[in-house]
Amino acid sequence: MDAAAKKQLRIKANQVRKGIIEGVYNAKSGHPGGSLSIAEVMTYLYFCEMNVDPKNPKAENRDRLVLSKGHVAPALYAALALKGFFSQDEIKLLRKPGAMLQGHPSMKLTPGVDMSTGSLGQGISTACGMALGGKLAGAPYRVYTILGDGEIQEGQVWEAAMFAAAKGLDNLVAIVDWNNLQIDGSLDEVNSPCPIDEKFAAFGWNVISIDGHDFDQIDAAFTAAKDCKGKPTCIIAKTIKGKGVSFMEDNCDWHGKAPNQAEYETAMAELDAELAQLETM
Amino acid sequence: MADVVKVATRDAYGKALVELGEKNDKVIVLDADLAKATKTINFKNAFPDRFFDAGIAESNMMGVAAGLAAVGYTVFASSFAMFAAGRAFEQIRNSIGYTHLNVKIGATHAGISVGEDGASHQCCEDIALMRTIPGMTIINPADDVEARLAVLAAAELDGPVYLRFGRLAVPRVFDESYRFEIGKGNVLREGSDVAIIATGLMVAEALAAAETLAAQGINARVINMATIKPIDKELVIAAAQETGVLVTVEEHSIIGGLGSAVTETVCEACPVPVIRVGVEDKFGASGPAVEMLKIYGLCAENIVEKTKAALALKK
Repeated sequence: MDAAAKKQLRIKANQVRKGIIEGVYNAKSGHPGGSLSIAEVMTYLYFCEMNVDPKNPKAENRDRLVLSKGHVAPALYAALALKGFFSQDEIKLLRKPGAMLQGHPSMKLTPGVDMSTGSLGQGISTACGMALGGKLAGAPYRVYTILGDGEIQEGQVWEAAMFAAAKGLDNLVAIVDWNNLQIDGSLDEVNSPCPIDEKFAAFGWNVISIDGHDFDQIDAAFTAAKDCKGKPTCIIAKTIKGKGVSFMEDNCDWHGKAPNQAEYETAMAELDAELAQLETM
Repeated sequence: MADVVKVATRDAYGKALVELGEKNDKVIVLDADLAKATKTINFKNAFPDRFFDAGIAESNMMGVAAGLAAVGYTVFASSFAMFAAGRAFEQIRNSIGYTHLNVKIGATHAGISVGEDGASHQCCEDIALMRTIPGMTIINPADDVEARLAVLAAAELDGPVYLRFGRLAVPRVFDESYRFEIGKGNVLREGSDVAIIATGLMVAEALAAAETLAAQGINARVINMATIKPIDKELVIAAAQETGVLVTVEEHSIIGGLGSAVTETVCEACPVPVIRVGVEDKFGASGPAVEMLKIYGLCAENIVEKTKAALALKK
């Protein structure tokens, strides 16, 4: 990836982070930590990887994203707004009565949302169904699904993992956001699913481990996924929960809490400073 | 009665899927390692490219069904009622119900008539569970003729449908002229003293009970209520108004099923006594299906007795 493209992606990721903070702050609730950790992957998907058209959000052969860790909807909404699926003004209405942006993604209400999610473990199964349908139709689209590292404690994830490999769904990519924190503490403190890579490999997946904040590594991983035939790919993205906002980083207290006004202003100032720095690069 | 044809509704399900598959190449069938029992094996044999076995993983199967429906297919997902409606309830609620996708859940081996396998497999709670999901249509056919028509109609309906089939061969109630419509019950026997509203394999029992009651001078109306959601309110209310007392009959818990749907309807529109015949608030047990139906009070004579009790409540 050339420097100019990378710079543009980093700027977009910064804007996604600002959208996350804006949404969660205005909603006075939501999940900033896991939204911030997946910002680079989300940015890459919508601005590099996926074939989607905001003017035709239901296009038959579009690529699909199923946000299996549906609680990080603010990251998805920020990317969709930035891409032009709906107005940026909607972000401030997140979680409000009558708004199109629900607490967890709704395919019925929000343009660009390909599947309703929120109950952990279910998204990867629906992504398997979409990928299977694509194979059956000989359609060119690919299906992406983002899982939380805590989410993979759900047994359904492994039912789906077994299914995807058994049916040879090489048009499916699962990204595990490995930020090591869940609501009650670290993975170790709660009920560790590690080693994650060995588990997916044992289930028959092509496994790629990367730094989930490094666009070069993200780019290489998605490229390698396309080249892998006969089996689904799992990209394990090592990330920092709350990445980009100093006081939220690596702190599970920010899993599901909104910033107050002072915290909001500090977070936005930090992101503004990062943006200014990026633009001078 | 010796020449009454008996066919299990699951057999009709399997055949109807093949019929659908011939007409519509967007129909896909999923099963969870029970294809031989649910009879989706028929579809698998006819259209191997459009049949997928999810293995013993019902939760994932429901999600896969939702994903396939989201990309344009009409999906029939099959397992036993216990594991479809029971184990995968939340997957059905969130991935299929909330999204209102075109997934038809073909649940076989419902009710106490599963027989020897016993309580773990005798699902008498599925209708209750499915009724709580907004937008879910629930159909419990009385015989093989109605089962076939229900499958064909479900495929045409936009949105999720729960189809309830049985393991046991049951008497055929309808002939070739029968026209099935989702959401519409039908009067199988006229009567003005009491109305017996039955569903599934209990419809044949209700007709037999009405025969016995007639010999005793009681004219019972018999209504077949295949669609439990949305319930045919008009027909239920008319029966309540015209007869003044209702008996509901189902091979399901008396909590949350047809009895509840009818009671809720009449309580709000024109309160009359309702006596519910069904599985009382307890689990099943092992034994031959026909015997279990007797032990659990699901036979014509039980309906006769309960109908008389209902008449005693009539003002």
